[in-house]
Amino acid sequence: MKKKKQTSNLNKYLFIALSALCIMLMVLSVFYEKTGGPFKVAANVTVIPMQQGINQLGAFLVDVSENFGTLKQAHAENKKLQEQIDELLMQNNTLQEEKYELERLKELYKLDQNYAEYEKVGAHVIGKDSGNWFSTFTIDKGSLQGIEVDMNVIAGNGLVGIVTKTGPTWSTVRSIIDDSSNVSGMVLSTSDKCIVRGDLSLINEGRLRFEQMENNDNPVDVGEQIVTSHISDKYVQGILIGYVSEVQVDSNNLTRSGYITPVVNFKNLQEVLIITKTKAQMTGTEEPAQE
Amino acid sequence: MRRIKTRRFLITAAITILCYLLQCTLFPYLTLASVKPNLLLIITASYGFMRGAKDGMLVGFFSGLLVDIQFGELLGFYALIYLLIGYFNGLFHQMYYDEDIKLPLVLIAGSELSYGLIIYFFLFMLRSEFHFLHYLSHIIIPELIYTIVVTLGLYPLILFINHRLEAEEKRSASKFV
Repeated sequence: MKKKKQTSNLNKYLFIALSALCIMLMVLSVFYEKTGGPFKVAANVTVIPMQQGINQLGAFLVDVSENFGTLKQAHAENKKLQEQIDELLMQNNTLQEEKYELERLKELYKLDQNYAEYEKVGAHVIGKDSGNWFSTFTIDKGSLQGIEVDMNVIAGNGLVGIVTKTGPTWSTVRSIIDDSSNVSGMVLSTSDKCIVRGDLSLINEGRLRFEQMENNDNPVDVGEQIVTSHISDKYVQGILIGYVSEVQVDSNNLTRSGYITPVVNFKNLQEVLIITKTKAQMTGTEEPAQE
Repeated sequence: MRRIKTRRFLITAAITILCYLLQCTLFPYLTLASVKPNLLLIITASYGFMRGAKDGMLVGFFSGLLVDIQFGELLGFYALIYLLIGYFNGLFHQMYYDEDIKLPLVLIAGSELSYGLIIYFFLFMLRSEFHFLHYLSHIIIPELIYTIVVTLGLYPLILFINHRLEAEEKRSASKFV
């Protein structure tokens, strides 16, 4: 009996000690960003290599199963794609013309910042958030490869998210569909600004909300492109977020809100591209030169 | 005796890490209604009532810490939640006996529910997201059900490993005497 009491006392002390440790870590990590450092290194030698291994195994299995896909399908697709190429070539020609015109106009306005050519590096997604509440994921490149917090992450031609944490060979990315994500966006055609918010209740439908768009005379139609805006201090300008799928005037009659269908398929994200310059670095070096 | 102890430690650590890895690599592809089960909670709670508060707390603390390092915003937040879950399940250690599956299921369901409520309260309600019923019906309850279903498969496995280890411990103890 006495022994039992001792162990339960011991458990109590251990409980109090570990809780205190947790609270201390929380307080420390609020005030010092470096607190997580040793833990990140520990993760780097333990779970990260294993995650990479599992990921490679998964990719291999997917490859094998895809190879069994019928050749017929490939042929049919090939034919379809050929037709598409012809069509696109036509479009490309007209676009080329417009591009030259744009270049001339740009020169005219001395707008020589070319946002289309950001330098990027690729990375694999190796792990996803362990819970159901947030949409973050881990990639297999970290501070040793030059990844920094606040770098933008894209996939295909659309915005995926932003780097929120870096370890030696891994980083954590918060995707734009995450409930705590806010992106300053704008309508491509009219440059009306809005806030694009991730919403947990919309994740199932694969949609995003946008809010606080000025209710002016510029019409915003369904299918309009929303890109990252120039006033955002974290996201670089002109990355496609998605297409407007619904828009309505708010009850205050001053703003509009609605829904966006993102261009990126967040469910099957395997490879992403990271823009290796943060917005702060870009503006920090370019703004003083202009003034 | 010491060897057996290190062995138990290593096996427990391996189970924790394995569950964590499955949780963030395989299970995102096995979601139902975009919800995945919470393996870490299952092992934390089971170690709590199966082995007592101390083991529950340690398993909980380290699995929470892993989540914190990779995905958490605040280091120590998830560690504390899982620590609490391990501790409170440990209080039921004396009521627990092997053949009974009802108590484990009730305890794991209870832990899962309180886990969901804690996360909602601290990470959503405090950001003024007040659609509690929506979160309850779309995340907390589905996650609870899925976790219970996975428990039915995972729990006997943990129990089996524990039995094997306990039998070995007993054997070596009797040899020692």
